[in-house]
Amino acid sequence: MSSASNHTPPSGLAAWLTSETPHSRGHAKCVQLYLGWLSLARNPLAMLGLAIVLILIAAALLAPWIAPYDPISQDLHRRLLPPGTDGNLLGTDELGRDILSRLLYGSRITLYVVALVVVTAPVAGLIVGTVAGYAGGWLDVVLMRLTDIFLAFPRLVLALAFVAALGPGIENAVLAIALTSWPPYARIARAETLTIRNSDFISAIRLQGATAPRIVIGHVMPLCLSSVIVRVTLDMAGIILTAAGLGFLGLGAQPPQPEWGAMISTGRMFILDQWWVAAMPGLAIFTVSLGFNLLGDGLRDALDPRAGR
Amino acid sequence: MPESSETALLIEHLDVRFGKGDGAVHAVRDVSVTVKRGETFGLVGESGSGKSTVLRAISGLAKDWTGRIAVDGTDLGKARDKAFYEKVQMVFQDPYGSLHPRHTVDRTLGEPGRIHGITDVGARIESILRDVGLGPEFRFRFPHQLSGGQRQRVAIARALMLEPKILLLDEPTSALDVSVQAEILNLLQRLKREFGLTYILVSHDLAVIAHMCDRLAVMNSGRVVEELTADQLRRAEPTDRYTKQLLTASLGYNRATADSLLTFD
Amino acid sequence: MTAPLLEVDGLSVRFPSRNRVVEAVRNISFSVGREKVGIVGESGSGKTMTGRSVLGLIRPPGIVTARKMMFDGIDLLALSEKQMRDIRGNRISMVMQDPKFSLNPVMTVGKQIDEAYRVHSGASARDAKLRTLEMLEAVRIRDPERVYNAYPHEVSGGMGQRIMIAMMLVPEPDLLIADEPTSALDVTVQMQVLAIVDDLVSQRGMGLMFISHDLNLVASFCDRVVIMYGGQIVETCKAADLHNAQHPYTRGLLASLPRVDRPVDQLSTLVREESWKLEPGVDARIL
Repeated sequence: MSSASNHTPPSGLAAWLTSETPHSRGHAKCVQLYLGWLSLARNPLAMLGLAIVLILIAAALLAPWIAPYDPISQDLHRRLLPPGTDGNLLGTDELGRDILSRLLYGSRITLYVVALVVVTAPVAGLIVGTVAGYAGGWLDVVLMRLTDIFLAFPRLVLALAFVAALGPGIENAVLAIALTSWPPYARIARAETLTIRNSDFISAIRLQGATAPRIVIGHVMPLCLSSVIVRVTLDMAGIILTAAGLGFLGLGAQPPQPEWGAMISTGRMFILDQWWVAAMPGLAIFTVSLGFNLLGDGLRDALDPRAGR
Repeated sequence: MPESSETALLIEHLDVRFGKGDGAVHAVRDVSVTVKRGETFGLVGESGSGKSTVLRAISGLAKDWTGRIAVDGTDLGKARDKAFYEKVQMVFQDPYGSLHPRHTVDRTLGEPGRIHGITDVGARIESILRDVGLGPEFRFRFPHQLSGGQRQRVAIARALMLEPKILLLDEPTSALDVSVQAEILNLLQRLKREFGLTYILVSHDLAVIAHMCDRLAVMNSGRVVEELTADQLRRAEPTDRYTKQLLTASLGYNRATADSLLTFD
Repeated sequence: MTAPLLEVDGLSVRFPSRNRVVEAVRNISFSVGREKVGIVGESGSGKTMTGRSVLGLIRPPGIVTARKMMFDGIDLLALSEKQMRDIRGNRISMVMQDPKFSLNPVMTVGKQIDEAYRVHSGASARDAKLRTLEMLEAVRIRDPERVYNAYPHEVSGGMGQRIMIAMMLVPEPDLLIADEPTSALDVTVQMQVLAIVDDLVSQRGMGLMFISHDLNLVASFCDRVVIMYGGQIVETCKAADLHNAQHPYTRGLLASLPRVDRPVDQLSTLVREESWKLEPGVDARIL
């Protein structure tokens, strides 16, 4: 194997990170994380996905410094310039705004949407799923029927209703997305919990006198977490696309905010003659979605406890 | 045996049922046993005999039971309090399934201490690891870094964290290699002497039961068919036909015996 | 004496991993005649890999090498995957430890056994059913008609194992490789199942490779015993002589067993010597 040549016996930090006999809680955690990282790093596609996601984060953080122009300042003398024009690497849109700058600033909105959904939907799903699965009985029935009701709502239609009721804006769009995307996580978490619930190690901790909340939070949730994380990264593409879709329909971010979906929406009018106005944000959405998908696939392999080491 | 101050565990007319209606399984039928303090009491039987269910009823894992269970003279209800778990602990059969896969040995052993508010959990973990024959280097390992025997030692250490008086042992060595089994059985014997424990040992292996126990009850189809001392078992003196058959079968393969086997229901 | 049913010479199984090669089986030689040969060892001794490699069931990246692997005049090493499939389940059968993974969950038990029989014999559906019911009865299943129509999840573990054995025996193989076939069964059921296998060996001249960790069982059931440790054969002897075994590993294993009839204060434990792994190993062929 080609990797055999660079596999010298570890020393220093590497030895500390791969130690078979960790000396403290923190050390054990580091070793665990490092080994997980190693198994993820073996997958080149996952690394590509990770790189894309990191670039997205870097672009969002550094947008004010790396963007050549203000994303909303118009210059009608320089409208609809093709990519490669001097000073406008990716061209300009119908109001003479630099597309590269708008994409860079737009990544902030995309990341904002992603972050908001991540801290709401999977957390809610994880709690509902593990509680339902562990408690069983009527609580399980009530929570899972509730999940079914939310699962039956078409995402975009609910989002439309929300936006119609609360007014258009990125926060309302995110709220709508979060409300419709937690049920799958609840389903996954419940299925995992059902298999974990009857295992001996849960019986053992019950016999130590642990309360149900302690068991669910400390013992069940950590085991459900990896499948939920994987599902989140795989769903991320869909979430970005929904946010873009709402932007496209004019119900998400409002002009002149440089949201990718909204950019495609306006670029639609020039698609035949000035294709880049719509194609550039489209390419950005495509790349970021792909990045999250690749990362999710890699994480699934790295986090799967059955894969072993 | 009458109830006395020497009685660690008393079970009277224990019945356990699973499920309701037509599909209900009557797993344990009218079982009564008395276990003296400091004794190792064996429950032996084949799969489905109800021997593990008796343990689960004592520990509170099986809830649908009727009859009387008393530990140290105190009758147990359906719900168990913290004081009960400080008195009675259990070791499970499968060392691969009884440890949380994502928790270090330290976390697994520390959990009972934290639940019961023991101060100085760290020192207790170190000393208990020494007691079960594992060095401090095992403290921060994960279960997947341990062999089956080492895992079972951790499971025993966990059961001992709260300094219980009674250990319920559910086939503690049946998933292990014979040489490892010998080590674990020796460990259990030593711990019993050192901590003054009372064991209730469930096993399908008559040899293990004969080696470990002072007295034993043979179970079949949820009932206790015979109660005898280990000496009686060794001298091959069981009176019940089922026990006799179990004893012959466990001595090894014999073509003639195979034909003479009866089915008991 | 004629050539044995199965002769294996210099069998090795290796699993290369990222930074080293795990040698599961190291250069072992043994033979199985029309007899019961027990292969005994603890977990990790290579006994299971030995059984699987005879049937060509070691998957890549595992590498199987041997100087010779002859089954009834057929060179197993030279067979294509398709030819191997014809032999597998037809002339050589294997019973594994866990029946749940070996039975198709969406097919009734009866159908699966029928199929195993019909592929082999080309019998009619009616004949196959009769034969299946006969076989289920032979493995001491009390209500064969009910079990015939049951799905695998509807039967208990012990029953599942007996069904597996019935299925493996119905094509009347020449060689049966049984990997811990009875360790999930109760002792009485175990004895009944072994009696069936025993009769097939003595009456039909089937060969049996019986892989087990249970020394007492192998000593009382088999004709010959092969003891494996660390991927090698450390000792071989007649089953009846097992209790006079010479190798310290075998003796250590025997001594660590608790006995009903012989009470001891403390069980003796096995102290493993590094040198055992360096020994050349024993040739367990009888030619």
